[in-house]
Amino acid sequence: MEIQKTIRKGSVIFSSYEKGSAIKKIIGLPREDILLELKTSKLKGRGGAGFPVSTKWMLTAAAIEDEKYIVCNADEGEPGTFKDRVLLTEYTELALEGMIIGGYTIGAKKGIIYLRGEYEYLMKPLQKKIEEYKNENLLGKSILGNEEFDFDISIFLGHGSYVCGEETALIESLEGHRGEARNRPPYPVNQGFMNKPTAVNNVETLATIPHIITKGAEWFAQFGTDKSSGTKLLSISGDCEKPGVYELPWGTTIKEVLELAGAKNTKAVQVGGASGICLNKTQFDRKLGYEDAGTGGSIIIFDESRDMLQVLKNFMEFFVEESCGQCTPCRIGNVKLLEGVKMIENGDFTFRYLEKLKELAGTMQVASKCGLGQSSPNPFLSILENFKDEILNSVPGGNYER
Amino acid sequence: MLIEEKSSLVREIEEFVKLYGKKRSSLLPILHELQNKYRYISDFAQQEIARQLGIHPVEVYGVISFYSFLNTEPKGRNLVRICQSVTCDMHGKENIVKAIERELGVEIGGTTKDNKFTVEYANCLGLCDQGPAMAVNDRVYFNLTPEKAVKILNEAK
Ligand SMILES: Cc1cc2nc3c(=O)[nH]c(=O)nc-3n(C[C@H](O)[C@H](O)[C@H](O)COP(=O)(O)O)c2cc1C
Ligand code: SF4
Repeated sequence: MEIQKTIRKGSVIFSSYEKGSAIKKIIGLPREDILLELKTSKLKGRGGAGFPVSTKWMLTAAAIEDEKYIVCNADEGEPGTFKDRVLLTEYTELALEGMIIGGYTIGAKKGIIYLRGEYEYLMKPLQKKIEEYKNENLLGKSILGNEEFDFDISIFLGHGSYVCGEETALIESLEGHRGEARNRPPYPVNQGFMNKPTAVNNVETLATIPHIITKGAEWFAQFGTDKSSGTKLLSISGDCEKPGVYELPWGTTIKEVLELAGAKNTKAVQVGGASGICLNKTQFDRKLGYEDAGTGGSIIIFDESRDMLQVLKNFMEFFVEESCGQCTPCRIGNVKLLEGVKMIENGDFTFRYLEKLKELAGTMQVASKCGLGQSSPNPFLSILENFKDEILNSVPGGNYER
Repeated sequence: MLIEEKSSLVREIEEFVKLYGKKRSSLLPILHELQNKYRYISDFAQQEIARQLGIHPVEVYGVISFYSFLNTEPKGRNLVRICQSVTCDMHGKENIVKAIERELGVEIGGTTKDNKFTVEYANCLGLCDQGPAMAVNDRVYFNLTPEKAVKILNEAK
């Protein structure tokens, strides 16, 4: 495919990096030192859930087992997210080295990249890079001469299922099963792939780690906010002049993002992809961060010309299609919410029924088995609430004045 | 299916089992190989994979039916998948779909009479900053116009 080469600017991930330098630095270090560095950095997972990396790795490191795994979650299925594609294409070294550091720290000999089927075209370049690393002894046996450290990376291709990005569904898929989320506990850090301790991390999380190792936790933590340290890659799309991947410090406001992207007449911003929340103009002062508007990095911008009910319909259709059907709140709930959207579209609803649907959405948030069903009501609730006037006014026979 | 075809398929599956290992976790990679080559996984192939991996055929079918990239019915030689995610939709997906439907004489979800194309929707292809986008087999195309999309398909083998 044609790859567009862009010069990217950013303070952490897109800052300069010398290939292999983090690996050289960690080889021989006690794993506690690495864990401490990560703890000081306060790096949290970039895949959505925001779990502290040091804790996840410490738990996996502490598990006593011969075989352990580190998995790079490259399933990137959230509509509106494409930053992992950019990382895997242009910053492959960072992702691989993050995995190698992970392997060293938790005591895993094998790393697996779970690559979404939609990105099959990245398979060959990734394999080539892995070969290159092997040839330079940055992968394989006795890495950089350290006889106690063997580590290999393989790639596993997904087959077009969004829920497989959820870590336990991903593990089911790796094992050759339907991608249905598991009950937790046990957590993957204790019983993951093949029932062995497994750390699953997002591509971006892994790609951040080599920079923290080489430049230090304090350097990293100077960016962002107290609760959200560092920077975040944002996948910006929709109604703006300059869509693309941006690296910005946590704590940036929606307004600042809109300015950077050259967005005009913005009416709405969906933060966090289809499963995220939709903000209206009165909320553009909100800050990106785990403590405020948390996000896996997707920012979708809608200008005044967009029909928010159609936006909501698009999201709900997605969830109906992608629910794995294992549990009732999600399987039936999403269908009911989509029906509700269509009722509004046809002007064929009662407010009493809408209230019932909101209750149902609340039940889904607490009773669904995995994050898909827990978060799919987010756009339904936030769009109906934040764009109430528009949506109710768009009912045929209603008041069309804005 | 002819006997020779069957026995060559059996041998092929044997090769894949050798390559990936006789274990459950080899199932998806093996299905992927067959899907890529034959564009579907036949009943016979399902039973043979199950036999060779020592699992029940229902398990194999269960896995195929879960993943949208695997199927049990033959598709066209080229699989065209048009991204239906919100930003591609906002940037004119509908016109791309209509142009392709007109030009190929097939509705979305269908296969052309000459078996050359199957046209489907895809969920987010991860090209939201460059929509509308589509995939033809394992290649992706973006910043499409109806004309560009049709031209790409005309050049497909
Ligand atoms: C439905 C669903 C889809 C998900 N998709 C992804 C994904 O594509 N990539 C990802 O890194 N995490 C995804 N996650 C989050 C993972 O379960 C997991 O939290 C994450 O990979 C952990 O990595 P991190 O701690 O580095 O963020 C998804 C979660 C859910 C519920
Ligand atoms: S919440 Fe949805 S996707 Fe998750 S296990 Fe339940 S049915 Fe499956």
